[in-house]
Amino acid sequence: MSSAPASLIAAPSPPPPAPVRRSESSASWRLTDRIGLGFAWLLGLLFCAIAVAIVGYFLVEGLRYLRPNLLVTNPAASVSESQTGGFLDPLLGTVIIAAMAMAIALPTGIAIAVWLSEFGRPAALARVAESGIEMLAGTPSVVLALFGTLLFEAPALGFLSQTNHGIVLGQSFFAAAAMLSLVALPMVVATVREGLQAIPSHVREASYAVGKTKIATTRRVLLPAARPSVITGAMLGVGRVIGDTAIVLLLLGGTLTFSSATSTPLLGTLRGTGDTLTGYIYYNAPTGDGNQPSKAYAAAFVLMLIVLTLNVGVDFAVRRSRAGGWN
Amino acid sequence: MDDDILLEEEQGWSQDQRAEYMLGALVCVVVALLLAMLIFVFHEAWPSFAHNGFAWFGAGGSVDSQIQAIFTSGDLKEAAVYTFHAWPLIWSTILTTGAAVVIAFVSSLFVAVFIVEFAPVRLRRVLEPVVRLLASVPSVIYGLVGVLVLVPFIGNHLVTQHEKASVTPIIQLSGSSVLAAVLILTVMIAPIMIAVFAEGLRAVPRGWLEGSLALGVNRWRTFWKVAVRTARPVLVAGTVLATARALGEAVMLSMVSGGVGFAPNPADGLIFLFEPSRPLAATIISNTEQLSSPPMKHTLYAIAAVLLFSAAMLSLIGWAAKQPMKRYGVVA
Repeated sequence: MSSAPASLIAAPSPPPPAPVRRSESSASWRLTDRIGLGFAWLLGLLFCAIAVAIVGYFLVEGLRYLRPNLLVTNPAASVSESQTGGFLDPLLGTVIIAAMAMAIALPTGIAIAVWLSEFGRPAALARVAESGIEMLAGTPSVVLALFGTLLFEAPALGFLSQTNHGIVLGQSFFAAAAMLSLVALPMVVATVREGLQAIPSHVREASYAVGKTKIATTRRVLLPAARPSVITGAMLGVGRVIGDTAIVLLLLGGTLTFSSATSTPLLGTLRGTGDTLTGYIYYNAPTGDGNQPSKAYAAAFVLMLIVLTLNVGVDFAVRRSRAGGWN
Repeated sequence: MDDDILLEEEQGWSQDQRAEYMLGALVCVVVALLLAMLIFVFHEAWPSFAHNGFAWFGAGGSVDSQIQAIFTSGDLKEAAVYTFHAWPLIWSTILTTGAAVVIAFVSSLFVAVFIVEFAPVRLRRVLEPVVRLLASVPSVIYGLVGVLVLVPFIGNHLVTQHEKASVTPIIQLSGSSVLAAVLILTVMIAPIMIAVFAEGLRAVPRGWLEGSLALGVNRWRTFWKVAVRTARPVLVAGTVLATARALGEAVMLSMVSGGVGFAPNPADGLIFLFEPSRPLAATIISNTEQLSSPPMKHTLYAIAAVLLFSAAMLSLIGWAAKQPMKRYGVVA
């Protein structure tokens, strides 16, 4: 793996850092240079302080308000704090929505990445696809959410959500997951593609030389070799999906608890509305309808733990891909 | 035997062909979907633009009462009202995004330089994962910090009673303000910039720096003049990424920026920092319940179209800015 510009993923640099001479002192430097260096130290330490403050604040507040029973009871609308319950359904909702969105985004993303990196034959289509994915990465999720509300209100897509007297509600797990998969897609494509391109061409040639077809090479050689990238891309995608609020509010309904569309156990739930942790936090923030900061803190703490776990997972996957290099 | 191999090869060839077509078809479907989305959003937005013309982007009247009028005109079965002058919302977006990006750019550049070159090794090892963690914290959590810590602090300590009294007839200064929005937005997008910048600075060939050091140029000047300059395409890329994030941020800003369609005027003095406003993206979030009214729907889609257009322009600018620099710089 040479220097893969995996901006948000990658850990330390491939070229070994040159030994730094500690003896050099900045005392002899020009004043402007010393001011610059001082400024860099100042801002670096300020950044550390802000990071510690945010993480520490949530750790303290979260541990203060998090009770085990919050994790196993369902939210209920009430004025008194003791009766509003916990956030079991939003927590499950986060898991369900992440799984569903990735079930769409991961295969699609891998397929697009494989096509872009291994085939990409009509060059015009490749360029259009590339810039399309890039544009999708820059699209605000609230725009995707707004698009989704009209899309899933179409009568033809009524089977994906609730229908009331012929009017399609357009809010369901299916709708939210479909739009959230678009949020995760650019992440998956970029990461997997980078992983595929980092595989040296002699690996492909060796596989062709023993008579493997291109698609067999991709399936049996390239994708297994790029597995750490696939895992990284998936985790980054999950991170984006569970952190999104706009799509959850507009397309999942933000109804605190699951409300099934029909009595069919699983399908009914997925066609019905629900909530996720982000929606729950939004609801319980002072600007939301619930306004119970202690619940919001506890939910934010759990969400932070999930994000932290994903980050550690990405680090682990990146380190493994570094260890098993081709050189 | 030979025939078998030939046959297999033939099959393999057609298999390849088929796989290529299938993958290509999938790519076509995704591209078509994106195009459809683009067309759909602009099509839905058209009535609002058509009724207002360029006045859509101009100032005039109170945005909030215009939104109210648009919404109610959809319910009472009379002629739909479309009059909408979005300047306060656009100005709020420009103000918060612009200020946050400028502050974040300067400080991220210094922090990235610090992390890559000057931080002690032990600190660097801690900082790198922390940057990535902060870059992946959901925006609603930043919003929660803002609304529970920063907004009350500004409202209770920074804004004086005198200032509150001076603007009472027009707006209330509760702490939800441009200042809170800019600060939280800066903290939110800075980690993204730092991560991208640091990656680019690290990719600068070590030999170039050593060449400069060997000429007797000190470490700071070397890094500033060689590495930062070489990494310019990456700086552009990171800034574009972060700006797109700031531009599309809806939930966090709807929590801390005050939710009033008001255009804070810097000419009023520093008090404009404490005045509430509402950016474009947050407007969509706070009016989603009114989508049932057709004129309101078109208006919201018009806002979405403006956001989409700005995001597309942004990535175009980023692409264009990188072209002449690619020849010298490291590959972004």
